[in-house]
Amino acid sequence: MRSSVWILVLATSVIAASALLAGSRSLAASAEQAQASSVEVKIDNFSFGPATLTVPVGTTVTWTNRDDIPHTVVSDEKIFKSKVLDTDEKFSFTFTKPGTYPYFCSIHPKMTGKVVVQ
Amino acid sequence: MAKNSKDEILHDHNHDGIDRRGFLKCMAWAGTGTLCVMQGGVLKSYSLSRLSDLGASAAAAGELSFAQISDSHMGFNKPANPDVAGTLKAAVDKINALPTAPEFLLHTGDISHLSKPEEFDTVDQILKATGKEVFFVPGEHDVLNDDGAQFHERYGKGTKGSGWYSFDKKGVHFVGLVNVMNLKAGGLGTLGHDQLEWLEDDVKHLKSSTPIVVFAHIPLWSVYPEWGWGTEDSAQALAYLKKFGSVTVLNGHIHQIMQKVEGNVTFHTAASTAFPQPQPGKADSPGPMKVPAEQLRGILGITDVNYVRGQHALAVVDSSLA
Repeated sequence: MRSSVWILVLATSVIAASALLAGSRSLAASAEQAQASSVEVKIDNFSFGPATLTVPVGTTVTWTNRDDIPHTVVSDEKIFKSKVLDTDEKFSFTFTKPGTYPYFCSIHPKMTGKVVVQ
Repeated sequence: MAKNSKDEILHDHNHDGIDRRGFLKCMAWAGTGTLCVMQGGVLKSYSLSRLSDLGASAAAAGELSFAQISDSHMGFNKPANPDVAGTLKAAVDKINALPTAPEFLLHTGDISHLSKPEEFDTVDQILKATGKEVFFVPGEHDVLNDDGAQFHERYGKGTKGSGWYSFDKKGVHFVGLVNVMNLKAGGLGTLGHDQLEWLEDDVKHLKSSTPIVVFAHIPLWSVYPEWGWGTEDSAQALAYLKKFGSVTVLNGHIHQIMQKVEGNVTFHTAASTAFPQPQPGKADSPGPMKVPAEQLRGILGITDVNYVRGQHALAVVDSSLA
């Protein structure tokens, strides 16, 4: 094969390969975005489930009260604070910075939980 | 409930019995109420059916009588009790039917369920039917969303700090304490430094023969810390009351009757007029306990307290709504 053809084949392969890579990178990015959109914490039986939740930066965590008694979600450092949540009411917070966020129910302070943002 | 020929009843529904080493747990779960009377340092219990006899003799000696209700949770509407207004009304009827009319009422908190104005309004309206003055202390359900601003506006006239106060009735000194504010993660009820300082000062000049009644929402003794049933700094408060010959502590919060005697102090928690809660450790969590509908009113209740001048301690009677 003439060298010009070789160069053409090589160039096409490189372009094709980069296109593939770029494509897969954006696919991966959108998969991450889909994961980060919403994570649930269930409040039931005077406890947060899961008690410790680990999520990536940018995640919105939604607490739903499934208990038959009202609860609140209050961060120990007052970074977030819900209104009182009766049964089936929700509270959401988006974690934009990495760190560990302990929280509790201000009505029943023995109820504690933690969100770890990585 | 068994009655022996001497008319003394041992409430032993849950085989707790009475520990005669001076540490009494009197758990009256259902049925008629219990009168626990201290006579010469020995605690005896009688059925509510004997109340009229005792009431009559108490009247002869001159007495102070008041009723305690607690945990009305107006606004709660789940299966454990879909009609908390109805059961509160039943409590009012019971109060109005007491042989010795109470002079006033104490409400030891969780008046409302969600701190909503209409919930407080409904309770006020229902309690008006007693025609009696009511003294309140807040529960944690009364101070949601606004750090207690609404509670303070409604019931906090003349109170200090987050709502503590004291008053006297016929020689008995009453102290209303607030232990549901500024709760910390993983913590118990808390009185706080300012309130404790105020309490020390408030009782400092009283004669040690003055009977004291302290009322607060969360128990001032360690009923069950795992469920938050205790107050972390109550020991300090009790230290200020050590000199008094008769101290009665009335609490709510746990939605069941429990009693403890420690030296000169009798601790008593009231039943809720709304819904019962499980005994310590007998369930996963301290949530509303569903009982068969026909048993519910037997478990909810009011507390009637009688003081006979000259006697050492207050006689506390619990009566069910059934």
